[in-house]
Amino acid sequence: MTTEAPVKKDAEQKDEESFLSVFTRNLWSSNTVTVTFLSIVLAFVIGAVLIVVSDSEVLAKFAYFTARPADALTASWTLISTAYSDLLKGAFGDPEAFNAWFSGTGTWQDALAPISETLTYAAPLVFTGLSVALAFRGGLFNIGAQGQAVIGTITAGVAGFAFGLPIVLNLVVAILAGAIGGALWGFIPGILKARTGAHEVITTIMLNYTAALFLSWLVLQKGVQDPNRTDAISKAVAESAKLPSFGGVLRVHLGILLAVAVTAGVAWLLNRSSFGFELRAVGANQHAAKTAGISVAKTYAVLMAVAGALAGLGGATQVLGTAYALTPAVAGNIGFDGLLVALLGRNKPWGTLWAALLFGALRAGGNRMQSYSGISLELVTVLQALIVIFIAAPALVKAIFRLRATRLVRPGASLAKG
Amino acid sequence: MANDHIDITVEPGEVHALLGENGAGKSTLMNQLYGLLQPDEGQIVVNDEPVVFRSPRDAIAAGIGMVHQHFMLVPVFTVAENIALGHEEIRGGPLGWLDRRRSRRDVIETSERYGLPVDPDALVEDLPVGAQQRVEIVKALTRDVDLLILDEPTAVLTPQETDELLAVMRSLTAMGKSIVFITHKLKEVKAIADRITVVRRGKIVGTASPDTSEDELAALMVGRAVSLEVAKTPAEPGRSVLKLSGLVVDDDRGIRAVDGVDLEVRAGEVLGIAGVQGNGQTELVEAVMGLREVRAGSVELDNESLANLNTKQILRAGVGYVPEDRSHDGVVKEFSVAENLILDMYDRAPYGNAFAMNHGSIGSNARERVEQFDIRCQSPDTAVGTLSGGNQQKVVVAREMSRPLRLLIASQPTRGVDVGSIEFIHGRIVHERDQGTAVMVVSSELDEVVGLADRIAVMYRGRVLAIVSPDTPREELGLLMAGITGNAPEEGTK
Repeated sequence: MTTEAPVKKDAEQKDEESFLSVFTRNLWSSNTVTVTFLSIVLAFVIGAVLIVVSDSEVLAKFAYFTARPADALTASWTLISTAYSDLLKGAFGDPEAFNAWFSGTGTWQDALAPISETLTYAAPLVFTGLSVALAFRGGLFNIGAQGQAVIGTITAGVAGFAFGLPIVLNLVVAILAGAIGGALWGFIPGILKARTGAHEVITTIMLNYTAALFLSWLVLQKGVQDPNRTDAISKAVAESAKLPSFGGVLRVHLGILLAVAVTAGVAWLLNRSSFGFELRAVGANQHAAKTAGISVAKTYAVLMAVAGALAGLGGATQVLGTAYALTPAVAGNIGFDGLLVALLGRNKPWGTLWAALLFGALRAGGNRMQSYSGISLELVTVLQALIVIFIAAPALVKAIFRLRATRLVRPGASLAKG
Repeated sequence: MANDHIDITVEPGEVHALLGENGAGKSTLMNQLYGLLQPDEGQIVVNDEPVVFRSPRDAIAAGIGMVHQHFMLVPVFTVAENIALGHEEIRGGPLGWLDRRRSRRDVIETSERYGLPVDPDALVEDLPVGAQQRVEIVKALTRDVDLLILDEPTAVLTPQETDELLAVMRSLTAMGKSIVFITHKLKEVKAIADRITVVRRGKIVGTASPDTSEDELAALMVGRAVSLEVAKTPAEPGRSVLKLSGLVVDDDRGIRAVDGVDLEVRAGEVLGIAGVQGNGQTELVEAVMGLREVRAGSVELDNESLANLNTKQILRAGVGYVPEDRSHDGVVKEFSVAENLILDMYDRAPYGNAFAMNHGSIGSNARERVEQFDIRCQSPDTAVGTLSGGNQQKVVVAREMSRPLRLLIASQPTRGVDVGSIEFIHGRIVHERDQGTAVMVVSSELDEVVGLADRIAVMYRGRVLAIVSPDTPREELGLLMAGITGNAPEEGTK
């Protein structure tokens, strides 16, 4: 049966269209980067509306909007522009701080602190994002990045304070422990899927709870809990096991460089290695892969272990680079944010890196926006969610921007069957 | 563009054959006529009145019915229920109940009027394919259609069932119905059509009368002269390469599909396996390839058991495999031509090792194969999914035949492949045989089996009924495929 609709002939009708519409269409059909960019813009527009709506003072001015519209509009504009400029300053740096640095009245640390924050927040997300993206390319939906990251924080954290190894070695062992812990936690759903066909979405969700509860229990146990504290916090990791950072206001640590290196590694694995070929084949058409002699079961098991190791590394950077001790919430939401990051990065390694940086920037900027403009940090969460919704629902973006679908008219494209 | 300014007229009471290769645009054209697709230009005129079909409902209202290549029946419904589906008889107003009795009566009435026997109370899943097709035709006829579109109706039928269908078509046209018969089988077209329209690349390239020769029709279809005969010399069979003894295999539902098969394929010969689809051929081949569990019996390659080997090891032992369902099992559509060409050799020198892949040699291999096997693609980096069916099949064939083989298993090697590529693929299979490879060809196209094979094994209900020479008369082969051996119909084959 023919599945592709006959190609519409709109070429003739295009003459009367405006330059702008042609421009936007070309912009659209050019690449997915445009879609991503437009999604971000759209999210910020809706975010602006939310900022105005949630501010009672500005809202009060809208009560006499018909009498003096300028009042309401000016107030709205002032509010939005300060909020978003704080967001940008918090994410990328305040021009005044740079001026102060160059004129000698400020320090370079203060000027670079925002970028440092962005990179600090981004680092673990790169790992969890890669975890989800890699699994997805193999046809698996790794909801379990959160649980794998939690186990990663546990193994890395415990290795960080328990062994007392010399410098460098201690850090390497702790990082590897994080990766191995995550790998084990990923391997469980992988082997269950391979052996019994148990769906990885169900098993990983279960294991997320298991990991979180295990961590809550563990930090209160003797030998793990900080002996000087009564609340749920573990001993601090040894200095030699911490990821090196600049110190002071510059929290950024070696984890971000590790993240870039691992991104390159994952890109190589996916596109250049035999295992990458296997997992892509299984992800795209497991029947053809099986017929060609690729073991689908083995691929699933190994893939989940690798994905788990990546998420575990995310947990390790979190505990060795930022938190320095285990608490029940040490991993935050990095696993679930990793799902969004992978989606935003379209399951490509370098795309995931950029998406993680964007999420890190939003988070860092959100902190400043909250303290300077009094806008709730939750707005950042809303922005992140909106961006992902628009990416996930391209048709919605297309409809809002009245853009046309990208037609996949490749010369030589076959029309399935006559 | 699938259809480029096509003009076609169907007269009352005629069988109008639409002949064309796969991908020529036949189905696209008919889907427009049936309201599944909307034309971008041009119009449809029924009985001198221009019409616009937004859905099949409009088409049916205008008297146009269609029997699809893949049946649109609900397997767990009875025949009467299936036929009523979509225009159910309701009693007692809009919130009333189904009038099953009336639906049943309508079915019986229509089937008697047109001489198409169907049992209204049988479950569709219990019916053989030919009978299911009859249900589809009756379903269309209960809608009082004047024009019936049959999309590749003979692809799934035995020779006998095909003859029956042709007889039904004749009686329908005698009653004034018109039929559009979509096919790429030349023999049937010549047997039944009143007029033949040949479509190539979305355009009408000619009309022909039924007395045009098959070679001429084929040339019109492909655009160049083609040879329909497989050119080959007599086989020189050598040692026994593949040996199956007492092979028993189950299908996905756990039902016995292969029930004690003994077969032998010798080096330098083509063993053809004939049979209507679904008589255990698929499971037989999958068992040999290690894709399906062997329940009993043995599979031996050069006297070594394949029982404990996985698919990868079997492929590496010198077995080439062209799976029957190309898009399901043969290619990864998202992958490039180059990647598909090494799909089963990706971790072996020179293409790679257990760790990394060598993109340089993968690329040069692809360029070589594209040239050698005449794969029409923009570049080896094009995604295979964008290629035509014939070229996708050539990718599979090129992959499996470009390494030294001891055994080649080709299932439906030319299904959904255009005439030009069929000629090429058949040539390669014969070439492989002449190199001394043992070849097993499984096909539901009798022409293909007869043309390629040196010996033919006919499969019916999981057993090999007979092994015969390709010179056996067609009628006899047809009877064997229907499970009827030599003298009297065998008991217990029901």
